[in-house]
Amino acid sequence: MDYFAQQLINGIVLGSIYGLIAIGYTMVYGIVGMINFAHGDIFMIGGFIALITFLILVSIGLTTVPLILLIVLLVSMAITSLYGWTVERIAYRPLRHSFRLAPMLSAIGVSFVLMNFSQVSQGARVKPIPPIITGGYSLLESDGFVVRLSNAQIIVVLTTIVLLAIFTWLVSRTRLGRDMRACEQDQTMAALLGVDVDRTISMTFVIGAALAAVAGMMYLLYYGLVDFFMGFVAGIKAFTAAVLGGIGSLPGAMLGGLLIGLIETMWSAYFSVEYKDVAAFSILIVVLIFLPTGLLGRPEVEKV
Amino acid sequence: MSAPDLTHASRREAIAFILKNAFISAFVALVIFSLMIGVRTEAGPTGQLIYWTRFDDLATIVAVVFAGSIAVELLRQWWGPVGVVGAIAPSVQRGLDFAGKAAPPLLLIFAFLVPVLFYNQRYLLDLSILVLTYVMLGWGLNVVVGLAGLLDLGYVAFYAVGAYSYALLSTNFDLSFWMCLPLAGILAAFWGVLLGFPVLRLRGDYLAIVTLAFGEIIRLVLLNWESLTGGPNGVSSIPRPTFFGIPFTRGDDGFAARLGIEFSPTHRIVFLFYVILALALLTNWVTIRLRRLPIGRAWEALREDEVACRALGINITTTKLTAFATGAMFGGFAGAFFATRQGFISPESFTFQESALVLAIVVLGGMGSQLGVALAAVALIGGFELFRGFDQYRMLVFGMAMVLLMIWRPRGLIGHRAPTVFLKQNTAISAELAKEGRG
Repeated sequence: MDYFAQQLINGIVLGSIYGLIAIGYTMVYGIVGMINFAHGDIFMIGGFIALITFLILVSIGLTTVPLILLIVLLVSMAITSLYGWTVERIAYRPLRHSFRLAPMLSAIGVSFVLMNFSQVSQGARVKPIPPIITGGYSLLESDGFVVRLSNAQIIVVLTTIVLLAIFTWLVSRTRLGRDMRACEQDQTMAALLGVDVDRTISMTFVIGAALAAVAGMMYLLYYGLVDFFMGFVAGIKAFTAAVLGGIGSLPGAMLGGLLIGLIETMWSAYFSVEYKDVAAFSILIVVLIFLPTGLLGRPEVEKV
Repeated sequence: MSAPDLTHASRREAIAFILKNAFISAFVALVIFSLMIGVRTEAGPTGQLIYWTRFDDLATIVAVVFAGSIAVELLRQWWGPVGVVGAIAPSVQRGLDFAGKAAPPLLLIFAFLVPVLFYNQRYLLDLSILVLTYVMLGWGLNVVVGLAGLLDLGYVAFYAVGAYSYALLSTNFDLSFWMCLPLAGILAAFWGVLLGFPVLRLRGDYLAIVTLAFGEIIRLVLLNWESLTGGPNGVSSIPRPTFFGIPFTRGDDGFAARLGIEFSPTHRIVFLFYVILALALLTNWVTIRLRRLPIGRAWEALREDEVACRALGINITTTKLTAFATGAMFGGFAGAFFATRQGFISPESFTFQESALVLAIVVLGGMGSQLGVALAAVALIGGFELFRGFDQYRMLVFGMAMVLLMIWRPRGLIGHRAPTVFLKQNTAISAELAKEGRG
């Protein structure tokens, strides 16, 4: 039971990270109708920028942990969202009226560029950092097994909740959110009614990238390392989460993320660690066969 | 708009526009690269991360982006709007048509002569075997992506199935290469159908991601099922191919001794070359023949419009499954060949990068054009070999090329996606319509 409780905590923390990435996938799919294959690598870039900012802040003698975290968060979000903007501008916008497979192929190219860019610029080796947030609480204790809830885990989950609240407010209450929802329904009609479609799509990528940057920073806080290859697998898993929750649905992405996080942790805990990625990928296939609209998604109408 | 028409004011406006764009690009580049290039992190002597700054590199990059942005803008104004293809003079067009007709037989003759011409250059022979392997993979994937229009990102899985089938069958049951080759193809085709079933209802992007997941699952299983596949260590000492039972060895029953010629290790390489050439040509021949059969027509119809296809009563299920199975079978053949050539295989050889490379060959070749795929394979693999020294920049350039290709020539360098059947009068009518409508 205690073991299960511990895995539950770990799963929720991991799921929060996946959920944050999944929102980027689901938003872009909802508006542009493409899978942003490079989104996982945007997450990786976010992790790297958080790492570098952290190193610089520590070396100039900053010691207040909350201040460090705040600066790292803001810098990482700002720079990474510019990556999202640039990628959309260079690689996706010119292809908006191209043939069906073009954006996907271009996105694969972007993914390779980002991955190898960080390999070339920062080296191929894994980058570990000492734990930034230490300490935690012991919740339950029996048979010598202690269920621990670390401060890092608390911060990951809290940050996710706060950001989700801001994000939900942004989508449901602001002008930008209304434009985004309008573009999602009908881009031509939205344009006729005075919505700047290009700008709205750009902002979608910017917001998605900013959330991915937060996920990257949380990953760094929680696991204490980044490497140039981490975006690939995390990206596919987050995409699985988005599909599981119903692509196009924002609460669905978060729900899917939590489920994937839980399934992955439970699978590693009770079956085998080696096959945890196989489990996540199989879920993607199974979901698409039996539940193609996901848990909270709307069925897609096939138009001629 | 051509340059002489510009008045003084509009020219100044254009310059201001270009400079503004260049400054914005340079600023974006500065922010984007500030930390990733301006600062380099590495584990220090104590294992702790240290960093140092590289502001000179950063400045260079920003300057390059600034200049590049101006150059691109100028090119764009000089070239006219993207998408307008300059009219080709009829004589040039005739020349191109002739080149297109003459190229395949000439290339084929050249391919047959390669071992004769480069007999003493082992490196070139090895390289051409590699290129032919990719030509074959490209042609195989072309059936799925180019003909049926199903984006398959996990093609390498079938390559892996073929390679491991041969490796395991030959090391465990002593089956010969020629016995295993059809088996590897059949097994890969079986896996193709297995993948095909769940993805029948998916289209476009979803299909791509699921095939990607499938490819990764196969790789991870190969990596972790150590009792069968040897895990990360792979399968080694895979039997070398024999000339229908006669080994290429120095001994008395070897190929050289039987023929009464002097032994040379090149014999085996030349033999391998002709094997892969034959396999690739088989792939090409089968594809060309299939295109003229009802099933090939159905693939092309599926690529053009799935809904219309269904409305016309074409069985989508069998059409998709046969496309997957056919493509997978050729992947399996290529895999078996890869295993016997290398003598050693491990999951390392079957990563997503490999799938993307084969896909890039198909896309670069124009999705559907057999000649295009062959030329693209030569260009890409040859390019990779040329820049072997710049190993780490290779994939970076590869990714950039893929993006640029999609923007400038989404139909590939040799675009040829026209369906093989169409109404004969079609051209006449459309020409007239164009005359009336657009004047």
